[in-house]
Amino acid sequence: MTGRNKWISLGVLALLIALLPLFFPSGYYYRVGALIFVNALSVVGLVILIGYAGQISLGHAGFAGIGAYACALAPEHLGLHPALAVVLGAVVSGVMAALIGKPILRLKGYYLGVATLGFGILVSMVLTNERALTGGPDGMNVADLGLRDVLRDMGWKLSGGEFWYMLCGVVLLVGAWLALNLFDSPSGRAMRALHGSEVAAATVGVDVPRQKLRAFVISAVYASVAGSLLALQNGFITPDVAGFMHSVEMVTMAVLGGVGSVLGATFGAAILTLLPQVLTVFAEYEQLVLGLVMVLVMIFLPQGLLPSIARRLKGRDE
Amino acid sequence: MSLLDVQGLGISFGGLKAVNDVSFKVSPGEIVSVIGPNGAGKTTLFNMISGVYQPGRGSVSLNGTEVTGIAPNRLAEMGLSRTFQNLQIFQELTVLDNVLAGYHLSERGSVWADLLSLPGMRRRAAEARQGARKLLERVRLDKAAEQVAGNLSYGALKRLEIARALALNPKILLLDEPAAGCNAVETEEIDHLIAELAASGIAILLVEHDMKLVMRISNHIVVLDHGEKIAEGDPATVSRDPAVIAAYLGTEEEEPAHADG
Repeated sequence: MTGRNKWISLGVLALLIALLPLFFPSGYYYRVGALIFVNALSVVGLVILIGYAGQISLGHAGFAGIGAYACALAPEHLGLHPALAVVLGAVVSGVMAALIGKPILRLKGYYLGVATLGFGILVSMVLTNERALTGGPDGMNVADLGLRDVLRDMGWKLSGGEFWYMLCGVVLLVGAWLALNLFDSPSGRAMRALHGSEVAAATVGVDVPRQKLRAFVISAVYASVAGSLLALQNGFITPDVAGFMHSVEMVTMAVLGGVGSVLGATFGAAILTLLPQVLTVFAEYEQLVLGLVMVLVMIFLPQGLLPSIARRLKGRDE
Repeated sequence: MSLLDVQGLGISFGGLKAVNDVSFKVSPGEIVSVIGPNGAGKTTLFNMISGVYQPGRGSVSLNGTEVTGIAPNRLAEMGLSRTFQNLQIFQELTVLDNVLAGYHLSERGSVWADLLSLPGMRRRAAEARQGARKLLERVRLDKAAEQVAGNLSYGALKRLEIARALALNPKILLLDEPAAGCNAVETEEIDHLIAELAASGIAILLVEHDMKLVMRISNHIVVLDHGEKIAEGDPATVSRDPAVIAAYLGTEEEEPAHADG
């Protein structure tokens, strides 16, 4: 991807975020939009881990859980401002990722998948069982970020939905910008190189374990920030955020949209966030339809939706 | 002083001595070839020297420092670069990115600079890009720079690997069958390229099956058979050595034994 592609991707994303509200029939859609952006943010992190570095994680919801509960716990117990709690969560997630990543990134393929899965389950069990601290499966309240009030005092009145739509949109744009920068940087190239051949990457001087760990830590921070934003906008959080299903959902979004591309990941997040909303009509068949969509995409568009569509369009141009 | 000094190097795979007690030296600007029949242990020897395999016995010194069994990326930092017999190309990357990966050591910086696309990173990457384009011209792949590497022909990929290995600006270059699968014209090009590199002071260690190429460009030849060094010397000496001739053609008495192996 050249520098120009980076700005095209960011431009498309920014335009979509800015223009979509024009078509919203009701305020409810701002909420859905914000949820899409939060999901997309963690999926962009997975693009770095899976798409760039070629490593799998089935436990990234664990980091989302850390980020979410940092926002729930730190303001109450440490007296931190919620915005700083987001940073604290990101730091804790990053450090955790570095600690557990070092041993488990030696593993390959399914072994790595299972090890990360174990981590995710561990976090969700701690959050569920430490009732005294986390309220257990009933969840707990999360303090207000307070930024909306600041904006109101400055004369900018936003509804809750509008505010979170904009904030999450901006954070997603920043996340996408960072990921796209990384793609065409020495670290990103090293990650993509070891994805292709670890031996060859090592012989050109790439410290393979270190680059894998970098990708793991960065993607953990993305998931953590996404978890924090989710907690803050809902004002309430349960251990489900760290649950196995959430991890699977993230990977599914990434793979569905196209795991090599930031824009594709966002697209995947949008579809998998919207589908359940659309499918409420089918209620009990929701899971069935979701599963079917995944299977069909994997069979017919193994590269993911967006890259496959883009390729087809390109093919037609030529 | 020799740049690469291999002493008594050996490795066993499940009791089989794949390489045993091999010693030789390579000096700057010298072309040393390792030859031998299939299965003689040439690639295994390369893998030990380049840190891909841990040698069981013996030592490797680079520029006077012992480097036996240290990781390939550390060896790369010390000026050792290699290509692979069974191509190890980054298939999904563009041709240009493949060579840029070879500039990793000179373009790498802090991960923050990479994430934020800071000017320092952009400058290093731009310099690397310039160098990479020149290398691609040198191996005549400049027109394919933006193509995905996986789409290239076998001969082109061989040249791409050499370009990537050169991107490290190595002191010593290990080439594992660079001319395999190349036609006569391509082989001649590789021949010229290797001679040029040696003339510029790079030490070359070469594994190659094309005997004409080996005899033409080598200063020194090491002959392996069944993992052991059976001869070494300049091309003329080696090509007359009875042990070498026996290993390659088989003596009349040995013919049936060779049919088994």
